[in-house]
Amino acid sequence: MVTRDDYRIDEKPTWCPGCGDYGILTALIRALVEHNIAPHELMIVTGIGCGSKLPQYMRVNGMHTLHGRPWPAAQGAKLANHGMRVIVVHGDGDGYGEGLGHFVHAVRRNPGVTEIVQNNKIYGLTKGQFSPTSEKGWKTSTSPYGSAEEPAQPLALAITHGATFVARGYPGELKHLIWLIGEALEHPGYALVDILQPCVSFNKPRAYEYYAERVYKLEDEAGYDPNNRTAAWERAQEWGEHIPIGIFYRAVPGPTFEMLDPVLKDSTPLVKRPLGKLGSAQVDSLLAKLR
Amino acid sequence: MIENDITIRIGGEAGMGLESSGAGFAKALVRGGLHVFGVPDFYSRIRGGHNFFTLRAACDPLFSIADPVHILLALDMESVRRHIADLVPGGAVVYDSKDPLSEALRREDVLAIPVALSQLAREIGGLELMRNTLALGIAAGLLEFDLSYVESIIRDNFAKKGEDVITSNLNVIHKGAEIAEAYKADFPFRLHAVPNAPQRILLNGTQAFSMGALAGGCRFVSGYPMTPGSPVLVWFAQNGAKYGAVAKHVEDEISAINMAIGAAIMGARALVPTSGGGYALMVEGTGFAGISETPVVIYNAQRPGPATGLPTRTEQADLLFMLHASQDEFPRMVLAPGTLEEAFHLGWYAFNVAERYQTPVMVLSDQFLADAFRSLEASGLDFDAVEIDRGALLTDADLDALTERYKRYQITESGISPRALPGHPNAIWVTESNEHDEYPRIEEDAQNRIAQQSKRMRKARPMAQDVPPPTWYGPEGAALTLVCWGSTYGPAREAVDRLNAQEAGAANLLHFSGLEPFPPTAEAELRKAHKTIVVEGNYTGQLEILIRARTGLSVDGHVRRFDGRPFRPEFILAGLQEA
Ligand SMILES: Cc1ncc(C[n+]2csc(CCOP(=O)(O)OP(=O)(O)O)c2C)c(N)n1
Ligand code: SF4
Ligand SMILES: [Mg+2]
Repeated sequence: MVTRDDYRIDEKPTWCPGCGDYGILTALIRALVEHNIAPHELMIVTGIGCGSKLPQYMRVNGMHTLHGRPWPAAQGAKLANHGMRVIVVHGDGDGYGEGLGHFVHAVRRNPGVTEIVQNNKIYGLTKGQFSPTSEKGWKTSTSPYGSAEEPAQPLALAITHGATFVARGYPGELKHLIWLIGEALEHPGYALVDILQPCVSFNKPRAYEYYAERVYKLEDEAGYDPNNRTAAWERAQEWGEHIPIGIFYRAVPGPTFEMLDPVLKDSTPLVKRPLGKLGSAQVDSLLAKLR
Repeated sequence: MIENDITIRIGGEAGMGLESSGAGFAKALVRGGLHVFGVPDFYSRIRGGHNFFTLRAACDPLFSIADPVHILLALDMESVRRHIADLVPGGAVVYDSKDPLSEALRREDVLAIPVALSQLAREIGGLELMRNTLALGIAAGLLEFDLSYVESIIRDNFAKKGEDVITSNLNVIHKGAEIAEAYKADFPFRLHAVPNAPQRILLNGTQAFSMGALAGGCRFVSGYPMTPGSPVLVWFAQNGAKYGAVAKHVEDEISAINMAIGAAIMGARALVPTSGGGYALMVEGTGFAGISETPVVIYNAQRPGPATGLPTRTEQADLLFMLHASQDEFPRMVLAPGTLEEAFHLGWYAFNVAERYQTPVMVLSDQFLADAFRSLEASGLDFDAVEIDRGALLTDADLDALTERYKRYQITESGISPRALPGHPNAIWVTESNEHDEYPRIEEDAQNRIAQQSKRMRKARPMAQDVPPPTWYGPEGAALTLVCWGSTYGPAREAVDRLNAQEAGAANLLHFSGLEPFPPTAEAELRKAHKTIVVEGNYTGQLEILIRARTGLSVDGHVRRFDGRPFRPEFILAGLQEA
């Protein structure tokens, strides 16, 4: 049995006291333990930002990559070793700004990867510039007159591009978040958990107080059918007085990106295969085309 | 009769099928025991424009095309207009008689062969597209090249399309040879097959490099199409699966290199093929591979730039870019194959170096090397010599025995830290793009920075021992030394041969296929030369700059080319007059 001790490391997070990233870290570890996933079977791939330092604060395999680029690295990792569980973790600036293209293309491919987004609607690590998910008119150091852009809609975007598990969590609802991450981990394909992450230093208006009054769970709404793609797409864009959390959309996924690959399909992970010289029959078959 | 160093040029519009028919004919020549060198010259467009394919054949091995053309197969008037001046006296031009040859395009000393190419192709073959086959049939007839070799290629190439297609192609070829009969007496050149020659292969640099990489254990290729680098991606997409190599065309080059890095960290030998513009997008990823000490092989088939530049043409202007790409410093190796043999060899060797030193390795090719076809002895691709050396890779047994926390970036004398692959319970770590300590934890301490940066940079010392040293061609102590790198080797080699044919001991060649770390033997080799002329395909003289920076030596002159066209021996010889 995997225990929380397996994930324990003597490393103090550099996050601000009260940062929502603590709750996300706790929820992730508890979900992993509940689902009996051991640290060595897991690869957590992150970008660059406050939240992306997460794998440093647990005992786990990780790749702390480049700003906006965790998705490509994660897909490469999964293709090279599909026997390993891969989780992508990043902030809103990282994955919905610098890496938005990678996000959409990754969703289209349905890799067997779970995505967790620390969405604080701000650039935390660079000290508080508006982000792709900031509301229109948001005033920050780089938008002193208010941002001009409509906020990106990552959940709707994911649904549009074929995602079959799309959810939103909130660390103020820790148990619910643990459950959501667990469901995402069990989903046999790409799964997205976007998290309302309070940044208590640079986005105070969108921290605990704001969310506590507004969030409601889709699971509590009688008649909400997470299998209805159109309704999910609309609900994913609800924002303001009422902010939904929970599973917006869930459907049976098709084969994953890895399992559609002719080399990987139903067989040993690439890196577990012996790496040797080509045999003489293989060499002959290569040369035959050149004669 | 003048025999056996013959150049045929077939020209027409894009979409006329020049490259495939040219390549088919080249293969026939190789089956006929001849050596072949073929260069496509294509515009970056799908239809129209002027494309041509130059095919040189001889009894002896060839390393370049040459200027004089013996037969021009002009599928349109534009081809006559552009190339009639290239014909040698006594050469022949075959053109479609539906358009008359204007007075201005006539040459007294050239045999004009007007043929109803399109009409006959349609009548005999059923397809206008077969006019290039018809034209090649005429060339074979004029040269008295044994048609049975052409027939065998047609049978093989069209085997899947059925007997009818084979028969119509054979009919068209024979018609061509029949037409040639009437002109043969007035045409002084012949290209006779060499019976019982060893069975050779015909391939281009793309194929040579791809096969080398595959043989060297490359099992992961991610890329985004960009001419002339994408043929390697296409090669792996088409052939890789059969040999267990995953190939992915992804959303952009940024994704390509980061995917390769992710795969490489997990333990796959990973390659990103691209061209200069695509590599520009990979620069940040290169730095990530540098600091995270991830082995990844980057293949850049150069084309003239900047930006979109000349997509289908050749240049050698990315050397200093590749050498310096990324912010800050880390060791890297830059390799530049000059021949198909080297492209194959460095194709597998690059992966060994990348894993041995856990750092990016760059292979610089260019459009000329990537696309030009050459015949080789089958042993030219030395599969037996391939070695797979994974460097300081920890085995499961090593990791089972580990009693302390694994240090991925352990400080060592050589700078190389023993490398685990993720998945073992005793080796759990986070690959870092931030500066880090040995475990690694993110660490900003000044002493730690010095320790880690110095550790990474120390790897350059042993790496320098593994960089291929410059090699000599030609007589020792020659009066003149041409210095070149990458694909310029072939044309420079022939220029040297021609100089020595005029005067024994006139010239030799010093060729660089390893450029970073700069080969430690380079200075001593350069000092052996009496007079050095650097021949390279860029404006500023990047190898020349590098030689001066690394050795303090100045060269005596240069021949440069940056018009997008490959060097030819004649161009170099003319340049030497001015250098
Ligand atoms: C290529 C590049 N551009 C910019 C940066 C600087 N940078 C670091 S983190 C960051 C934004 C972080 O915002 P987000 O991803 O939302 O993460 P948070 O800090 O809010 O968790 C930026 C712009 C960088 N590291 N790399
Ligand atoms: S700046 Fe915001 S996101 Fe970053 S650690 Fe502090 S509270 Fe968390
Ligand atoms: Mg953020």
